[in-house]
Amino acid sequence: MSSREMCLSETSRREMSLRNFPLRHAYVPPMTGTFVRFALIGLFAAIIFGPLLNMLIWTVAEAWYFPAKLPQRWGFAFWTKVFRPEAGAMKALSASLLIACMTVALSLALAIPAGYALSKRKLPLRSLFLLFFLLPQAFPTVAVHMNIARIFYSFGLTGTIWGVMLVHAIQGLVFAVWIASASFAAIGDDQVEAARNLGASPLRAFMTVSLPLAAPGLMASAIFVFLISLDEFSGTFFVGVPDVRTLPLTMLNAALEGNYQIASITALLLLVPSILFMLFVERFLKADVLASVGK
Amino acid sequence: MSTPRLRNNYPLVALLLPALLMVGLLFVYPLLFSLAYAFRNEAENRWDLANFSKAFALYGADVSLTIGVTVLSTVLVGVLAVAVAGYLTLGENPRAVAVLRWIYRWPMFIPFVVAAQLMRTFLAKSGMLNNSLMSLGLLEPLNAMSLLDWRGVVVTFVWKQLPFAALLISGAMAAMDRSLMESARGLGAGRLRILIEIVLPQVRATVGVSLILSFVTMLSALSVPMMIIAGSPTMITVDMAWRVNSYGDYGVANALGFVSFAMSGVAAWFYLRQGLREGGQPK
Repeated sequence: MSSREMCLSETSRREMSLRNFPLRHAYVPPMTGTFVRFALIGLFAAIIFGPLLNMLIWTVAEAWYFPAKLPQRWGFAFWTKVFRPEAGAMKALSASLLIACMTVALSLALAIPAGYALSKRKLPLRSLFLLFFLLPQAFPTVAVHMNIARIFYSFGLTGTIWGVMLVHAIQGLVFAVWIASASFAAIGDDQVEAARNLGASPLRAFMTVSLPLAAPGLMASAIFVFLISLDEFSGTFFVGVPDVRTLPLTMLNAALEGNYQIASITALLLLVPSILFMLFVERFLKADVLASVGK
Repeated sequence: MSTPRLRNNYPLVALLLPALLMVGLLFVYPLLFSLAYAFRNEAENRWDLANFSKAFALYGADVSLTIGVTVLSTVLVGVLAVAVAGYLTLGENPRAVAVLRWIYRWPMFIPFVVAAQLMRTFLAKSGMLNNSLMSLGLLEPLNAMSLLDWRGVVVTFVWKQLPFAALLISGAMAAMDRSLMESARGLGAGRLRILIEIVLPQVRATVGVSLILSFVTMLSALSVPMMIIAGSPTMITVDMAWRVNSYGDYGVANALGFVSFAMSGVAAWFYLRQGLREGGQPK
């Protein structure tokens, strides 16, 4: 501290006595902490929700030119455009829904028996089989998808909804199998054994005891597969050409053509089921099932 | 694994078989097909490295961009996910923790295509990001620029993958024994120090798994670079699609595919080596 500062502090000390600033030091740090905490959370919220809000504005913007910060004209004109038959969005929506339902049916048909088998601890090589289903998630998929398309071509599956369904099912199968296995494992053997002791055949015990008890978990896996199929892009891109147009492909085309409104409305259509699932997933997937997924 | 054990469980194996066949025929077979045909020289009808030299000559810059973007995004996802999960575990203001818990999960179930579309409008020159910064006086209108290049891809990847990694990591942190954290807290250790020195070492396996899965997911994303980067350099997934759709050139496309498999292989190798060095099995 220089002598001048010493002098200054000496003169100001009288005016700046503790009495004039009561408790300031006691209060500032926690307030600052709260302020920093909520500023950081606010910033985080802005980064998470900003892009969503920007898209929502685009869905109801009829005219929005640079450098305006908000649209010059608001309205639902583009909504009627999207839902007009010649726009193709409705056709894409129904194709997407059809393929998603078919994918769910196929995945469940494969995952229920497989999940039941994997729920039995006595199954040899059990963890190896569980890992095997993870393969489609453990490798970058684009190169695989283009070769699937090449292989499907010789079977006449390229450009058909059947081919697209098969690619989607592969992407969703790991979740279907793992969740189904966890759901069957969470049941425990007591009730099934009781049914068997009362004379039920294994099939009957499965149909009347295991299956209903595992139903909520299977429902969750069905929704999961449905969403994966609805959102799948690269498999559809390679296998679906030229005839199968799903919603994500329609969105890509609208976006690359520079039509922000149509792209945003299509994006919103894809977004709603995903958000609903996120908000309600815990209803379907009980904690005990969730904890044992993949184990 | 003894054969009698397998034989006694034939019914269970039979139940498993259709699903195994499905993955085998529709994933493993095309995967091997892709790996093999990367070395196929169709023009001279032999097996060599011609596809690779052509791929690197044409798309060498894109290969480096892909490595840079995916590695940077993975690192950012790791740091931010540990920060978010750490606050959810160690945060002492219940209201702030509840708010954060509600916010951070939103992008998780948003499809990549949609995330790309959101960022396309958000990060554009006239997008909401620039508009907000200009309104707050943090950015001069003349300096406003579009982030729709590799930076936009990084932002989209981090935005989309952060919730997934944070969910897994905070789950592992919640399952930890809290007594150690609380006694360290009682001894006066700061929360950052507890996070780095006590919590992080115990959840390292989960951090590794979530980052590897995120890394592979980013390597697989075709729609994000397609929608966000206009022109070149771009990511190799876009180049693969271009080679196949415009030239029917599966050779170069498969060579690029081989590069992406190799990248995920290197990531997995790092992870496994780390697990072995620690003397335990990676979970």
